[in-house]
Amino acid sequence: MPLSTQSQADDEQYVLVASLDNARNLSNILKAITFKDHAIFNATPNGLKVTVEDSKCLQANAFIQADIFQEFTIREDVVGFQVNLTVLLDCLNIFGGSIVPGLSTALRMCYKGYGYPLTLFLEEGGVVTVCKINTQEPEELIDFEFCSANVTNKVILLSESLREPFSELDTTSEVLEITMSPDQPYFRLSTFGNSGNAHYDYPKDSEMMELFRCTTTQTNRYKMSLLKPSTKALALSSKVSVRTDSRGFLSLQYLVRNDCGQVCFVEYYCCPDEEVE
Amino acid sequence: MWCELSQANFFDEYQIEGVSPEDNEICLEVAPENLSRALKTVQNAKAVKVKLTKKHCPCLTIAAELPTLSSIGRIVTHDVPVDVIPRRLWHEFKEPSMPDFDVSIFLPHLKTMKNVVDRMKNLSNFLVIEASQNGQMNLKIETDLVSVTTHFKDLGNPPWGDVASQEGRASQSRNPDTMAEARVDIRRLQQFLMGQQVQPSKAMCNIVHHKVVHLILLHEDMSLQYFIPAVVQSG
Repeated sequence: MPLSTQSQADDEQYVLVASLDNARNLSNILKAITFKDHAIFNATPNGLKVTVEDSKCLQANAFIQADIFQEFTIREDVVGFQVNLTVLLDCLNIFGGSIVPGLSTALRMCYKGYGYPLTLFLEEGGVVTVCKINTQEPEELIDFEFCSANVTNKVILLSESLREPFSELDTTSEVLEITMSPDQPYFRLSTFGNSGNAHYDYPKDSEMMELFRCTTTQTNRYKMSLLKPSTKALALSSKVSVRTDSRGFLSLQYLVRNDCGQVCFVEYYCCPDEEVE
Repeated sequence: MWCELSQANFFDEYQIEGVSPEDNEICLEVAPENLSRALKTVQNAKAVKVKLTKKHCPCLTIAAELPTLSSIGRIVTHDVPVDVIPRRLWHEFKEPSMPDFDVSIFLPHLKTMKNVVDRMKNLSNFLVIEASQNGQMNLKIETDLVSVTTHFKDLGNPPWGDVASQEGRASQSRNPDTMAEARVDIRRLQQFLMGQQVQPSKAMCNIVHHKVVHLILLHEDMSLQYFIPAVVQSG
């Protein structure tokens, strides 16, 4: 493979080298969190975490473990940088999005450290494209302080059951209200738009409900504009876990399988809308 | 853009009476949108007739019988206005001559080239095409945010490129590794690539360093030439 003919000497300059036989195993999952121009990359020996934030109220993370990559070499404990995500996606898809059987784009992603661009080597059918994307110092990420110990309510649903409601969500409603309760209605999504109020109920014994663990009745509202982008993650995933904590903070965790059947995770954290009493 | 179609491959019947027996040609100017719109409406017809007529002004009259559900067909006629170009101005519309190129090279698979250029257009307004006489071509964009270079190899060079002594350059024997380049507006290149529905039998590119990119497509019954002027590097 042409990309691997890069000399060993070059490799020693890079603090991070990550290779994939199929670039789509990275680009597809990044699409699930592309709602802002910039993303922060955080690489550790465990793998890659890519974060996108919105208005200090929403954070989306995509996790790609080291073993998803054909090669993942990191020379420091943590490597972090910020890049333009739209530009990165255009580069990852430089050979076009068409899915020709047997033909995939191979990727080698390299980073020399602070002040250097993120270098991508992409190859398809013998044609090589080299991209150098400027990086910035990573902005500080919000810590939502969401921990399992404070989780009051949790459900795991099959994504297919949420896809239709999420795509139909009344976007004239400023908020999406989520009700979770050990009693009726168990799990409810509500909108309050120009055409009226809409409710989507999921009973706890529904076959779509893989796990139902609700201890207290909670109703929280979240800005629709913040949660609507999560529809992309929902579309890619097979199941989603919905958790709220005692403060009403929301955690959505999506299980995504890539082209090779390997598992990656995407999570969204969202603050409740302040107008709720 | 210059396109030549051999009439024998397209028309069952072809009659022309040019300006004079010595100049058996007619030169017409037409708005492409008008012509293409008319042709679109008759694309399902079994047969189409194109005639140069004189209505209130000279027109290309396009007539066709369109199929309908009943046994009686529907006749559609379009009169597309044209301007007749007088003979004294014909020299302005001659096939442009092949420029004195620095490099001549076969183009890569057009679909691949189109995919790459389409993505590059999202990132930059200008693109540099460079190529060498040893079959290498690079497409490059560079902005404040990103630089992207796509490398094509082993493309092959048309035989006429071997002519070392071109006018004014006889003294320079071309080093096959030397690249000739031109910076062009990406939209022009994209327009050229968008129009290619079928892979041509031959696709070539001539580059005059920093001046012009000359693209030639040869199909079985048609030839197409496209000239893209280079833009000056700003800043």
